[in-house]
Amino acid sequence: MNENRKIRVLISKPGLDGHERGAMVVAYGLRDEGFEVIYTGLRQTPEQIVNAAIQEDVDVLGLSILSGAHLGLTRKVIDGLGAQQADDILVLLGGIIPEEDIPALKEMGVDEIFTAGTPIKDISDFIRSHLPRSPEQEPVIEKP
Amino acid sequence: MQREVSEMIDAMKRGDTRALARTITLVENRSPGWKEAMQAIYGDTGSACVFGITGSPGAGKSTLTNEIALRLHDQGYSLGIIAVDPSSPFSGGALLGDRLRMRNICMKTDIFIRSMATRGVLGGLCQAARDVVRILDAAGKDIILIETVGAGQDEIDVVRVSNFVMVVCIPGQGDGIQAIKAGIMEIADLFIVNKADLGGADEIVADINGMLDLCTHNGIPRPPIMKTSTETKEGLDALVENLIAYARERKAATEVNRNHVKEEILSLLEREVFHFVREELSGNGRFEEAVEQVLSHRADPYSTVEELLGSFPLYRGMKTREK
Ligand SMILES: Nc1nc2c(ncn2[C@@H]2O[C@H](COP(=O)(O)OP(=O)(O)OP(=O)(O)O)[C@@H](O)[C@H]2O)c(=O)[nH]1
Ligand SMILES: [Mg+2]
Repeated sequence: MNENRKIRVLISKPGLDGHERGAMVVAYGLRDEGFEVIYTGLRQTPEQIVNAAIQEDVDVLGLSILSGAHLGLTRKVIDGLGAQQADDILVLLGGIIPEEDIPALKEMGVDEIFTAGTPIKDISDFIRSHLPRSPEQEPVIEKP
Repeated sequence: MQREVSEMIDAMKRGDTRALARTITLVENRSPGWKEAMQAIYGDTGSACVFGITGSPGAGKSTLTNEIALRLHDQGYSLGIIAVDPSSPFSGGALLGDRLRMRNICMKTDIFIRSMATRGVLGGLCQAARDVVRILDAAGKDIILIETVGAGQDEIDVVRVSNFVMVVCIPGQGDGIQAIKAGIMEIADLFIVNKADLGGADEIVADINGMLDLCTHNGIPRPPIMKTSTETKEGLDALVENLIAYARERKAATEVNRNHVKEEILSLLEREVFHFVREELSGNGRFEEAVEQVLSHRADPYSTVEELLGSFPLYRGMKTREK
């Protein structure tokens, strides 16, 4: 069919830390992997993030948190998505996340955690193989 | 129509944001059921007023959209915003960053913001934007704002979907308005000179006036020029008053709408015919054969096209009548 499906990813930074670089690197990297990346920038509240994820109808939500407040913030975002029946969105977490918090985060509904320095390819491979909604994305070659 | 699609549309009309967002995705992806969805909502469209906002990269379009939307929202209008950014021609991906500058409004859950990538579909962007406008319209939005960077023909076509086009210029851009692509000037209903706080705004106003002196034809009203600053908030209230006045009077401008309809039907026809012809030709290997012929200089491309089309009776009939 005439399908022109694209995987959409929201990259957002909840909380108060001002380090944007990691999130930007991931945003650009995923664009180069063929994803449509919506970037909302710093200091987003969980409500803003949930609202943006719903309006943009993303397949994937990537949160970058370096402030140490990942448990509380992630919980609020995931609860917010649940309240809108949007728990089919893949939730990824990046930043500085201590090893010992990972089980609790996964229990909460985080699909994967990518700590600083993860190659973009790992992230994009994970997304492509874990999407509940979209089929495998072909490398994009426009038809003539 | 598939049951899920019709349920989704009903939910969207009841004001369900997720259903609205999903309908847009369905149509944007041209997934099965998209056309039925568009057919089903057409009857509920036609009442929203659509404003386009375009201009060179970094001119402040998103920041202005944020300010305009805030003010319209305060006056009780419900709003939809479409922010278009280019897809990368290399990866097909896109980085959509306009939300970054729409911070004040992104907490108002009743302002619906949707980022859209151009997706490199030749001529398709215009239709895609038009479809999203219709969906927002059917969902009950009073006013729809479309932001797009005024870089290429495709982007220019997008703002033509709107009833009223704002072109944003800024001071200090080298030759000022030179930075704006030819073709954009002609479609402006209003010029905004933004970043007036930076100084040099009056020179740009003079530049635009000079250019308008050269190209204003009889009959076409001369577009006004307004200075704004999203830093000092200069000119923003006046700008929004202008837009509201336009939205109220719009019904009179039927000629514009007639042209929109003509353009749309022609472009839909073009795509359907193209699609049909391509499917037919690729099915029987004649296309590949023709490519070989031209490659080896046994035929020229012009006659080849005529010959390929010759397999369609309608075309043959037309050619016979011409003779
Ligand atoms: N001094 C000043 N800066 C402004 C004004 N309006 C916007 N800016 C700044 O200009 C920069 C670009 O603003 P955007 O709103 O992102 O511009 P845009 O036209 O949407 O940019 P693209 O979507 O990337 O083409 C930002 O840093 C804004 O803060 C203004 O009135 N005065
Ligand atoms: Mg912008």
